[in-house]
Order: sequence, then C-alpha cells, then structure tokens
Amino acid sequence: MVDTKVKLCGITLTNPVIPASGTFGYGEEFAKLYDLNLLGTFSFKGTTLKPRFGNLSPRIAEGKNGILNAVGLQNPGIDQVIKVELPKMKKFFKKPVMANVSGFSIDEYVSVVKKLNKCPQVGWIEINISCPNVHGGGMAFGTDAKNAALVTKSVKKVSKKPIIVKLSPNVTNIVEIAKACEKAGADGLSLINTILGMRIDLKKRSPILKNTFGGYSGDAVFPIALRMVYQVAHAVKIPVIGMGGVSSAEDVIEMMLAGATAVEIGSANLVDPYASYKIIKDLPRVMSHYKIKALKEIIGGCK
Amino acid sequence: MPNMKEVILSIKENHPLTSDVYRLVLTGKHIDTMHPGQFVNLKIPGCYLRRPISICDMNKNQLTLIYKVVGKGTDKLSKLRGEINVLTNLGNGYNLAHAKKHNLLIGGGVGIPPLYFLAKELKKQKKDVTVILGFNKKNELFYVDEFKKLGVKVIVTTLDGSVGVKGLVTDAMKKLRYDYVYACGPIPMLKAVYTLAKVGEYSLEERMGCGFGACMGCTIKTEEGAKRVCKDGPVFLGKEIIW
Ligand SMILES: Cc1cc2nc3c(=O)[nH]c(=O)nc-3n(C[C@H](O)[C@H](O)[C@H](O)COP(=O)(O)OP(=O)(O)OC[C@H]3O[C@@H](n4cnc5c(N)ncnc54)[C@H](O)[C@@H]3O)c2cc1C
Ligand SMILES: Cc1cc2nc3c(=O)[nH]c(=O)nc-3n(C[C@H](O)[C@H](O)[C@H](O)COP(=O)(O)O)c2cc1C
Ligand code: FES
Repeated sequence: MVDTKVKLCGITLTNPVIPASGTFGYGEEFAKLYDLNLLGTFSFKGTTLKPRFGNLSPRIAEGKNGILNAVGLQNPGIDQVIKVELPKMKKFFKKPVMANVSGFSIDEYVSVVKKLNKCPQVGWIEINISCPNVHGGGMAFGTDAKNAALVTKSVKKVSKKPIIVKLSPNVTNIVEIAKACEKAGADGLSLINTILGMRIDLKKRSPILKNTFGGYSGDAVFPIALRMVYQVAHAVKIPVIGMGGVSSAEDVIEMMLAGATAVEIGSANLVDPYASYKIIKDLPRVMSHYKIKALKEIIGGCK
Repeated sequence: MPNMKEVILSIKENHPLTSDVYRLVLTGKHIDTMHPGQFVNLKIPGCYLRRPISICDMNKNQLTLIYKVVGKGTDKLSKLRGEINVLTNLGNGYNLAHAKKHNLLIGGGVGIPPLYFLAKELKKQKKDVTVILGFNKKNELFYVDEFKKLGVKVIVTTLDGSVGVKGLVTDAMKKLRYDYVYACGPIPMLKAVYTLAKVGEYSLEERMGCGFGACMGCTIKTEEGAKRVCKDGPVFLGKEIIW
C-alpha cells in the first residue's frame, strides 16, 4: 500500500489532488459523475462580494494545447454561495472545501473572508490576487509585491481559516511577490493562475475574445508552471500548491518533486470531466513505478 | 434526463453530403437515449477543446451527426476514422410537450440537423409538422429527401432561388399557418423568425470550454438572468432571449 496523504496548512488530505477554481463550479456537475469525497478537496469558483455576470461572449478560445478564457469571474456572489451553494454541496461533499475569493478592493476581500469565517464547511481560503485593483488605478493586486502583501495582511487580520494566496504568473519576478505574501502572513501559496494571451480570427481580423485578452491554461503551460512552482517553493517556507497544465498522475508527482505540497487540476477537468478521478486512481500505480512509498516524502525532492 | 456520459464510439460512416457538410454515424453499445435538440461534445485528436455537435438522429446503439467543415477541428474530424471519444446527453433539448396543432420547424444551414430528430419524434406523437429548410444555393442542399420520408411537409428556400422559394426562411413563413415554432440556425435568422412568429423555442450556439456547465464559458444574458448555453440551453424560449 502506498501512502498518498499530505498535510495542507494543518489539515490532512487523503491525496494531494485538488480540482482548481473556475474549472469545477461548486462541484455539482461532477458530483453526478463520481464521488467527490475521493478528492483531496476542491477549490470552488472564484467568489466575489456581489454577484457578477462577467464578460460578454465569446469568452473562450483555443490554443494549440490549451484554453484561453475570459469568463471575468462570473459568480452569484458570496451571500448566494453561502445560502444556496454550500448547503447543496454539503449533500455530496463531506470534506473541508477550499473557498476561492476574488476582489476589486481590499475591503471587498476582507468582507468576503469575514463571511466565510462563519462557514464550517470551508477549510481554507484561497485568495485570488489576479484581479485589477479598482481603487489602486486598475493594476492587479497580484502584479505588485506591496499590493499583494497588503491584501494578504488585511485578510489574515480577520480570517479564522488558513489563507492561501494564489499568485499570478504575469509578473517579472514571482519569487519577490511570493516572499512578500509569506512575510505578510500567508499560510500557503498556490500557483499559477492563467497566463495572459490572445487569439485573432483570421476571417474577421479581430480578436476572438470579446475581452481581447484572456487567461491561457491547460497542457501547454505545464513547464512554465513547474518552473515557477520550483522557484517559489525554494524561496519560501510555507506550503505551495502547484498547478498549471497538470493532467496526469506523473504531472502531479513532477509538481511535488518541484516543491508542491498539493496539486490543483484545472482545465483538464473541462476536456475530460473524469480527469481528477482518473489521476487519483492512477497515483498508486505511478508511485509504485517510481518506487515512491509516501507522497509527502517527495515534496521538493528534485535534486 | 440521464446524466452526461463519456463513451468511446465507433465511426461507422463519415462521408460528405455536400462539398463541406459531412454525416458522421457513430455506433456503440452504451449510447443513452437522448432528446432532440441535445448535443454531444467530440474529442478530436489534435484539438485541446471538444467540439459541440447537435444530434441529428438516434437509433438503437447508433447516433447520427451532421457537421460543416469550418475550421481546424471539423477539418480534422472529416478525416477521422476508427473510434472517437464522445460526451453524450448534453444540454436541455427542445420541449416536445410544447408542441401545438400546427408545428413549424425552421432550420438554416447546419442548424437543420437537430430538426430532423425533432421532426421524427413529433411525427411519432402524431403531430402535424411543417419544416422550412433554408440554404444559400442548390448545391448546398442536404437531407431534403430524408425529411420528406418522415412524412412531414417540406419547404426549401434558397437565397439565390436555384431551388424552392427564393429568399429567406421568413419569406416562406409568411403564407403558412402555425401555432408553434422550433428553430435552429444563425442568430440573424433566429431573430427574424422570432420577430415574425413571436412564439417558439430557439437553439443557440456559443463557444464552449466544457459543454456541461462547469466553466461559465458559454454564459449569455437572458430575460431571466445569466444562463449557460450548454446546460440551461442550448434551447431557449423566444421570450427568454434578449434579441
Ligand atoms: C450546442 C451546439 C450545437 C452545434 N451543432 C452543430 C451541428 O449540428 N453541426 C455543425 O456543423 N455545427 C454545429 N455547431 C457548431 C460547431 O460546434 C462549430 O462549427 C465547431 O465547433 C467549429 O470547430 P472548428 O475547430 O472547425 O472551428 P474553429 O473556428 O477552428 O474552432 C475554434 C474554437 O471555436 C469554437 N467554435 C467555432 N465556431 C463555433 C460555433 N459556431 N459554435 C460553437 N463553438 C464554435 C470551436 O468549438 C473551437 O473551440 C454547434 C455548436 C453548438 C454550441
Ligand atoms: C475557465 C476557467 C476559469 C477560471 N476561473 C478561476 C477563478 O475564478 N479563480 C481562480 O483563482 N482561478 C481561475 N482559473 C484558473 C485556474 O484555477 C488555474 O489556476 C489555471 O487554469 C491553471 O491551471 P490548469 O492549467 O490546470 O488549468 C480559471 C481557469 C479556467 C480555465
Ligand atoms: S461551456 Fe462550460 S459552462 Fe457552458
């Protein structure tokens, strides 16, 4: 028997596989396909203080080996999530869930975190700092170390749950931002969010996405994500969740060798709704193949 | 309605019906019964995202799709042989219970395929069905005889008048008696149809990330708020759609 358990900010996961925010909704669609309690946990759709419609369509384009999205954080708002989604989720998911939070001002992040404090189902709060700061001239919180630290500090002050700050790859120095968040009190980090990209329609000679730009993810981004996880995990002491293009048990192990304590699976769930399930089922086989007895022992094990 | 399912199906036929419209016949033991207006999502080797295609016909252990080659994925699909990975049971489909005495089915181009399955099912329920099939010109026609064989009244329109009524599907609508409409086709066509008919249900298209409601990639604004074309649609009541 192989041991797939890992510990994430004080909570033990039966395995390190976590479907990523925005690719798993609030779990409902997938719960009809397999028992979600097999997962380590999952990170639900990025939730904001007020309901958001998001961007106009087209919101989706394709790259050679990935997906470009400009959904624009469509979500029903935190009150509706607490009133409707969490009670629904309780019926099919018995483990602590990861709440993914987005905001356009410090106050917004703080208000949402305060509301989540009262939700026993929530185990961790993942703070997505990739949104533009509307009070700070529109620059994303996640592209500036000072801003990133400020969000982290502000939510840490009020949160009763572990705070995992989700980093944007669209920066010149991700290590600097990672360290700033650690210093500001983050309990963990997760990376990477999507990489900014675009596609042009040759017939119309105009961008495919209504929003012009979107975030790129999926298989194609794996080496970039792995490099960033490696760099960040070597620079901080808090646990790191690796993600970006993970689609197999081998990828999970590679991310863990780079330094990830747990691994999120995003786009893979969209093209294969059983992806996370299959990865978990395949982990013991791949572990045996590479002579790994306990996953926790290989974290950061890349020599 | 049965759940979404991932199945590997055999390609029994993948042949052109016109210069760029193909019929794909898939067989397999585990195909669930689906409803007219529902769609499947095809995994095409060499494409990251799946491609959504409406169900044109369903028989025991057999699924028929009709698609037009418009880009990379459908081009690769037209050359595919052997097996294909398919997500089935997607979308809501047309509501057959809404059918009235005189039902008018209107399709434009590759909006026509789902109406074949719908016409077949409505005929089974002994409903009166008229279909208007809109094309640009004669050499683009497909499935006209197949519709006729169902025993429904068929009207063909072509933009250039090379066959049937010259003009748009709406030109053929004006003289007809109908109390309900089912339509599928390009948005300008659907809008023109709804403006005239003021009733019925309409199948919409959006670029999709997943096809089963998880990514919010296909959301549109409707009179009843945000809805996902893949899960809450693709069929919407005309009065729900913000035209
Ligand atoms: C519910 C639904 C049912 C459909 N049924 C049929 C059908 O029965 N027959 C048929 O010929 N076509 C149908 N389509 C359209 C078909 O999905 C597209 O023509 C096809 O995805 C184009 O792929 P491509 O790679 O050839 O084109 P590309 O332009 O190279 O595709 C690039 C990306 O854009 C997406 N895309 C491009 N055009 C469309 C479109 N019109 N709608 C949705 N996504 C698009 C593709 O899926 C892909 O992700 C349907 C679409 C939807 C949403
Ligand atoms: C359609 C879509 C929606 C997403 N929405 C969110 C979101 O709401 N919040 C967030 O933090 N990340 C979001 N992401 C980013 C993913 O969680 C993940 O960081 C990224 O896609 C990289 O992983 P992957 O390559 O495995 O998809 C989204 C990604 C996709 C494809
Ligand atoms: S395509 Fe993913 S929600 Fe509709």
